[in-house]
Amino acid sequence: MSLRRWPAFVPIAIFLVLVGFFAYRLVMIDHGDAPNLIPSVMINKPVPNFTLPSLFDGKPQVVSEEIKGKVTLIDVFASWCVPCRIEHPYLDEIKKAGIVLVGINYKDRPEDARRWLVQLGNPYDAIGTDRDGRVGIDFGVYGVPESYLIDKQGVIRYKQIGPLTREDIEKVILPLATELSK
Amino acid sequence: MIPEIGHYALILALFVALTQATFPMIRAARGNRAWMDMAGTASVAQFVLVTTAFGALMWCYVTSDFSVLNVAQNSHTNKPLIYKIAGVWSNHERSMLLWIFILGLYGLAMSLFGGNLPPSLRARALSVQAMISVGFILFILLTSNPFLRLDPVPTNGAGLNPLLQDPGLAFHPPFLYLGYVGFSMAFSFAIAALIEGRVDAAWARWVRPWTLVAWGFLTFGIAMGSWWAYYTLGWGGWWYWDPVENASFMPWLAGTALLHSSLVVERRDTLKAWTILLTIVAFSFSLLGTFLVRSGVLTSVHSFASDPSRGIFILGLLVAAIGGSMVLFAIRAPSLKGGGLFAVASRESSLLLNNVLMSVAAGSVLLGTLYPLFADVLKLGKVSVGPPFFNSVFVPLMVPVVIVMAIGPLLSWKRGDLKGALRRLKPAAIAAAVTAIITWSMSGGIGAGAALGLATWLFVGTMGELAHRLFPMRMTAVDFLRRVITIPRSFYGMTLAHLGVALVIIGITGSTAWKTEKVQVMHFGDTVKVASYDLTLKGVEEGVKGPNYVAARATFLVTKNGTFVAELHPERRMYDMPPRPTTNAAIHTNVIGDIYAVIGDPDESGGYVTRLYYNPLVPWIFIGAGIIALGGLVSLTDRRYRIGVPLRKVAMQPPQS
Repeated sequence: MSLRRWPAFVPIAIFLVLVGFFAYRLVMIDHGDAPNLIPSVMINKPVPNFTLPSLFDGKPQVVSEEIKGKVTLIDVFASWCVPCRIEHPYLDEIKKAGIVLVGINYKDRPEDARRWLVQLGNPYDAIGTDRDGRVGIDFGVYGVPESYLIDKQGVIRYKQIGPLTREDIEKVILPLATELSK
Repeated sequence: MIPEIGHYALILALFVALTQATFPMIRAARGNRAWMDMAGTASVAQFVLVTTAFGALMWCYVTSDFSVLNVAQNSHTNKPLIYKIAGVWSNHERSMLLWIFILGLYGLAMSLFGGNLPPSLRARALSVQAMISVGFILFILLTSNPFLRLDPVPTNGAGLNPLLQDPGLAFHPPFLYLGYVGFSMAFSFAIAALIEGRVDAAWARWVRPWTLVAWGFLTFGIAMGSWWAYYTLGWGGWWYWDPVENASFMPWLAGTALLHSSLVVERRDTLKAWTILLTIVAFSFSLLGTFLVRSGVLTSVHSFASDPSRGIFILGLLVAAIGGSMVLFAIRAPSLKGGGLFAVASRESSLLLNNVLMSVAAGSVLLGTLYPLFADVLKLGKVSVGPPFFNSVFVPLMVPVVIVMAIGPLLSWKRGDLKGALRRLKPAAIAAAVTAIITWSMSGGIGAGAALGLATWLFVGTMGELAHRLFPMRMTAVDFLRRVITIPRSFYGMTLAHLGVALVIIGITGSTAWKTEKVQVMHFGDTVKVASYDLTLKGVEEGVKGPNYVAARATFLVTKNGTFVAELHPERRMYDMPPRPTTNAAIHTNVIGDIYAVIGDPDESGGYVTRLYYNPLVPWIFIGAGIIALGGLVSLTDRRYRIGVPLRKVAMQPPQS
């Protein structure tokens, strides 16, 4: 084979590299460890202390102490985050099941977030704004959206990175919440 | 019974496709005519069978047969009939059936219109087409069978996502698929030509019309999708660089490059290997889009319910189709000798430059789309690549594209007169400079000035060339009419497409640079000034009943300097099945710009949150895109592509003086 022939193999080489990435990613998904589930060091640890101003003027601050006593789902979201749109309609189901739903608006402009909620509806019981992402660091926020299920004692029992789907809610969140509220 | 007929037809179609994929290919090598002709018959049979399957599922939807799992999951008795019929794209299984239905349609077209093709090329191309069918029918039957029954039968279905219940969306996906799948034609011809080892001007002449068809549909499909996003999603934007939008944009870029490079093969018998590669790449991007949307490797607002097992199957299909064709390319391409040489200043060079820039653009979109995946796999953290990346990479690439777009058509083949061309473009350059300076001084936006200057350059340059061709120095009215007729339709097509691009640039510039957005709480009687318009909230009527939703319907009075302009009725709808809110923006357009109103939730004081926009020039984006697609259509009617019957007639008639 002459040296001249190698450029013709460039396309297939690039393609095979891509296939490698795709295959690896699919295998990761198949093993259930990616992209949504990354074991969190925060599991079974108490909720970090935080005090966040409310997204809405005139509403009380959102304080970590106050979420104790009831099973709570803390949902980290932002208006700039596309997957948050996917998750959004399903949050109503969580509220319907009697779980307190607290939103943390992460690295977002409050006016953008309010507009976003106007458009899609506001299922949250309370929303704190974490403009600079400081509280996000304490929680170990990795990618938005993220959700943390907290038991009555204020301990994080479950964490999900990425959007909650109906399946996640029905198969994981709701059963776990029922167990925790006993 | 009906679903079983559909299922059975699909299985039969698989076997017909298997036959069509193998025998003609093997026999073509031995020049066996009867076996080669069988490919044509098989493609007709395949089309009939696939249509039967497609129709059977549609029947199940129309009659709301909830014993079929797919219908129960995605339909509802209350769903308007139009969406029962048009919802072919609404879920993964049904849209795959649409995919192979369109593939069957193209296969049928190839066998019907391919009468004047060399028999062996036709047989091989039909064979390749059937191989694609085999892959996708297998995919449907093994992983995504839409005909599965459900027991016990539910009393009603789960309904269709209301965002998708929109007339604009009834047409967007079919056009998109006609575009995606259309590239399979050029692909099949490319593979057949690689097997035969012969790529020449005649080959390019067969391939180009099919590329034009696919590209035209894709252009139209993308524009429709963008328009749908603009008026239903209610955020006033029309393009988000979302992975799925990119998945449709990459084949478009590759297809655009292919259109231009196939011209070089046709006229000058050179750039062959490159053109073949582009046909493979264009179709590969189409397949890649299918994979990305359905496998769950990327997160997007558009994704279908994803399933890794499907992902693995499609990845296998990709490896077979793309990998196989690229290996074949690597083996055969070096033997494809280019013909004509050309100078730096020539039509060929300008088309080549277009190709390079389009490819780089497609590559950068691919990189941006897949970067989150690369980063995740390589443990670089979770990132999301957004509009800033795409805008900062894509926009600069398009600047030279637009500059050359006006110059290229003025250069002759082989060796062009660059100085002469630039002299003829002097009016365009002056107009561009004037526009840029006026825009800059009036709005203070240097980017907007440059963009509008570019658009003017392209528009005036293209119009100038049209005028140059139509009105030479001295001529009579008869001369003019003769010229109007004798100028090839492909020239008119190109002119339209290029003018369309100029309009799109103007629209994009206007909507990015001078958009006005006002968000506020309004009470009845309140007036907000948006750009030069006054919008007054007259009232909100709650509980307006639709076929399957309840809406809050607002009334805005739009006036300008006290005179009535329009009444707008944006709605906030709550659908009943599945219960989901949607916003329906109300838009009043006067072609120069859109007044765009969205109504939100009421607050405690009895006011309503409203979002009001003035989007200048946005209609130009969609009008421009429509003109681009129309350009493709006009080009398609060019004499030299009316292949088949006319060519044969000419051959049978004695030469005329």
